[in-house]
Amino acid sequence: MNYRNIFLILGRELKSYFGSLTVYVVIIMFLLMTGYFFYNLLATFSIVSFQAQTDPMLAKQYQMLNINETVIRPLFGSIGIILLLMVPLLTMRLFAEEKKTGTIELLLTFPINDVDVVLGKYLACLVVLLTMILLTATYPILLIALGEPEVVPIATGYLGLVLLGAAAISLGIFTSSLTENQIVSASMTFGILFFFWLISYSVPLVSAGLGQFLSYLSINDHIESMSKGVVDTEDIIYYLCFIALFLFLTLRSLETKRWR
Amino acid sequence: MIEVENLTKEYGEFRAVDNISFSVEKGEILGFLGPNGAGKTTVMRILTCFFPPTKGRAIVAGFNCFEDSLNVRKRIGYLPERVPLYEDMKVSDYLRFVAAIKGTPAKEVKRQVEKVMDDCSLSDVSNKLIKAVSRGYRQRVGIAQALVNDPEVLILDEPTVGLDPKQIKEIRKLIKDLAGRHTVILSTHILPEVSILCGRVIIINKGKLVAVDRPENLAAEGSRRMFLRINGNAPAIEQALSRMAGVKSVERELTAGEDNGFVVVFDDEKQGRQGIHSMIENNRWELLEMRTMEASLEDIFIKLVTKEEA
Repeated sequence: MNYRNIFLILGRELKSYFGSLTVYVVIIMFLLMTGYFFYNLLATFSIVSFQAQTDPMLAKQYQMLNINETVIRPLFGSIGIILLLMVPLLTMRLFAEEKKTGTIELLLTFPINDVDVVLGKYLACLVVLLTMILLTATYPILLIALGEPEVVPIATGYLGLVLLGAAAISLGIFTSSLTENQIVSASMTFGILFFFWLISYSVPLVSAGLGQFLSYLSINDHIESMSKGVVDTEDIIYYLCFIALFLFLTLRSLETKRWR
Repeated sequence: MIEVENLTKEYGEFRAVDNISFSVEKGEILGFLGPNGAGKTTVMRILTCFFPPTKGRAIVAGFNCFEDSLNVRKRIGYLPERVPLYEDMKVSDYLRFVAAIKGTPAKEVKRQVEKVMDDCSLSDVSNKLIKAVSRGYRQRVGIAQALVNDPEVLILDEPTVGLDPKQIKEIRKLIKDLAGRHTVILSTHILPEVSILCGRVIIINKGKLVAVDRPENLAAEGSRRMFLRINGNAPAIEQALSRMAGVKSVERELTAGEDNGFVVVFDDEKQGRQGIHSMIENNRWELLEMRTMEASLEDIFIKLVTKEEA
């Protein structure tokens, strides 16, 4: 590993990301979608709160009426799912484009290790992801300005989103290394993410032991507790393992390219 | 500087390079000649450590391309055939990136880039995006990125393809100037290019080595031919010529509607020449034209390649 080389690759990738229109479109669409969810959640919350003031029955029913539970937690859930939709569009170009245009031939004959190439590209995409996630901070900031939400679950919720996105990117960079077609890469990434997302659906259908295992594999179950303010090392380990596995597979995939 | 031993590369069933061995001395310019699909690019990709050979080994600047790939890659500059560049970067930014990634110290990068931009006459386009520059400039950016950081070995895959005659001249001069300080391997299917630039030529066809020699030696190989134009009875002349001592074969050559041109191939040129003179005198024919035919590399190339196939 050579930090200078990682940094050089990272810089070039970032220039390439922010030099093209794609990233801006992806970010804008992402903000529109998450903004839509935020608006609806908040509007519902304010209507229900308003009615609860005059209706004691409703107030009793919504004793737990709390902005963290009714706005922030579902919002994080939706942002997570929208992230899973958008990440494949960010990662698909990382290797596929270089293969299509042939620049991979020069890249892999420069005196740098494959690890540096993979990490540089990974980190560049992570920076884009962080930018996207950071821009959604307007929503909780609005809530803090207008109400009194608990801050800790917001912070841990963001940690969860970053981990979720970082995991999705590692999968995306792997599928991008498998093909020279960006659409193929994006489809594969989304397909596999979809599987990791909905895997817990089949939990009731299988034996208890297997069910527990399947729900452990589920990629967004692990941010559940984080959006409640609970950081469990088990969840963090899950994401770190996920990332390490797919970055390792990406390296292997580059290596087999050399063999063919 | 470069040692290639029994190099073989197979893609599945297809053998792209078949047991090729050669070596290149320091400071030499070696031409790599062959029809499209002969295996030139494959050999170059092995030398640049893009992929390893199936069998055999390649050593560049004392390091094995497979086992010590990083050390090899530090010492080479490579121009791939398709000139793959990052289209969305500015010329100068791109060259700066390549210089840095090749390990040029940060303080040196600017100077190095200015030098190669100067050498490749790129200063006019330094602030343009690569996708916006013309084919000729693009090719030169490709050469510039290979040259940046002054590598010991340069591997150029068809460096002049797609350029106009003036640009070709400039690039050839640039490559010629590199000899001595740098070891250069360049591939081409343009034969005059080889005679102009290269000290030595390797001809490969269908993955096999066909010939290794100096361009002038290769040219000399087929030069014992003479063109004659003689006024007289053509069939009689042809018969007389073919019966002469020292002559291997005679061919009628029809030029511009006249049937009195003959191409004579000698076994023994001295003996043959003398015979021709006395023959023409004795028969009272009239010698109109007599010249030695310089075999071009094209002829030799076609000869070698077809001989191989026969």
